[in-house]
Amino acid sequence: MMTSLLRSAAEGESAPNPLLPSNYDLLWSFVVFTFIAIAFMRWILPKLQTILDQRAEMIEGKIAKAEAAQREASVALEEYTQQLIEARQDAARIREEARVQATRILEAAREQAVEDSRHVTENAKKQINAEKQQAIIALRSEVGVLAVELASRVVGEALDDEARQRRVVDAFLSELEASEVKD
Amino acid sequence: MFRLVATALTAVSPESDHGADDASEGFFGWLFSSGAFHPPTIQEFYPDAVFFDGTIFEVNRIMAVRVIAAIVLVAIFAVVASRARVVPRRGQALVEIVLDFIRVQVVEEVLGKKEGQRYLAFLTTLFVAIFFFNVTGVVPFLNISATALIGLPLVMAAWVYVMYLGAGVGKHGFWRYLRMSLFPSGVPWWAYIILTPIEFLQVFLIRPATLTLRLTANMMAGHLLLVLCFAGTHVLFFEATGAVRAVGALSLTAGLVFSLFEIFVALLQAYIFVMLSAVYLNLALADEH
Repeated sequence: MMTSLLRSAAEGESAPNPLLPSNYDLLWSFVVFTFIAIAFMRWILPKLQTILDQRAEMIEGKIAKAEAAQREASVALEEYTQQLIEARQDAARIREEARVQATRILEAAREQAVEDSRHVTENAKKQINAEKQQAIIALRSEVGVLAVELASRVVGEALDDEARQRRVVDAFLSELEASEVKD
Repeated sequence: MFRLVATALTAVSPESDHGADDASEGFFGWLFSSGAFHPPTIQEFYPDAVFFDGTIFEVNRIMAVRVIAAIVLVAIFAVVASRARVVPRRGQALVEIVLDFIRVQVVEEVLGKKEGQRYLAFLTTLFVAIFFFNVTGVVPFLNISATALIGLPLVMAAWVYVMYLGAGVGKHGFWRYLRMSLFPSGVPWWAYIILTPIEFLQVFLIRPATLTLRLTANMMAGHLLLVLCFAGTHVLFFEATGAVRAVGALSLTAGLVFSLFEIFVALLQAYIFVMLSAVYLNLALADEH
């Protein structure tokens, strides 16, 4: 290839020098390159650049939006967590109060019951005492009379045998019972 | 595949043969015509004019390829840009991958986010334009890189040159930028005797010249390689006899492999051009070297 180049150069006459541009070469180079340069730098590249900018803007906007949503969500979560903790604390407090109150009520009720039972017992005792007293008084007044009556009967009867004595006593007692029943 | 070969060959066959075969046997006659092997020459890059021969407006095959590449490039990007949406479709996503690559891997990597923003559009345009102009070398029917002729790399390098000189002067002022470029700080005074001329050549001549020549030479070499492979295949298939024909399969395979390689080179050269442009801009904007 090199030799052929050299040969054509040696043959001389119209062999052109490839390092020297011809005028038409320069002219057309300038025309086509200027055409491309103007089309690209004035219109095509700026147009594509605006699209790229729009895309970047859109992506950034979306990221910002997502970040805002994320932030909101985390704030809400914190709030809810706080509320939940508060609610739990409230519940625990209320439960504790209820328990304390229940204990107190129970205690009071027990005390009341003890008191009542004591009252009842006391009353019963008092009543029993009173009745006893009354019975003693009644007995005291009656026993004398009865003893006198019995004695008079015993004396009035012939006190021969034991069977008679028994009969007198039994009759007296049944009479006494009958009088009691009648009363 | 034959179309590719044929198109590659349109530039190979000397015009006289070309015309004669065309006239006598028609397209297929020409396509399967046999003749002596013509190795590709520098004339590859100076095809006959189609319009306005001899004037500054002369249009030949390479100029037409440039115009087509430019229109296709702008059309593709215009369609993508006009249909661009916030949620991208497949085509838009592909374009965005390319733009992202330039922005992240080249511009922000070299110039930083803040300074890079100012030159992002310029460098992106440069990258896609160079890639499209390079890759026409392997596109069927176009079959030559629009950058294989020195004019286009020169125009683009000139623009980079103006951009980085402008950036330096704009940031530091003319004299300060000149002083900073020619008298780098941190070296003893006598070093300037050698350093200053080198730096002068570097800043004002070597940088744009290497940008231009690297791109042009790569694309020229790639084109000659492909032409050689496909022209050789053609000759071997239709000219050679017996077992030598089989060698044609080898050269055809080589042509296909080099076609793929040329796509890679097209990408790589665009990347290198833009990367170096970013580096030059960064050097011009730097406070101290």
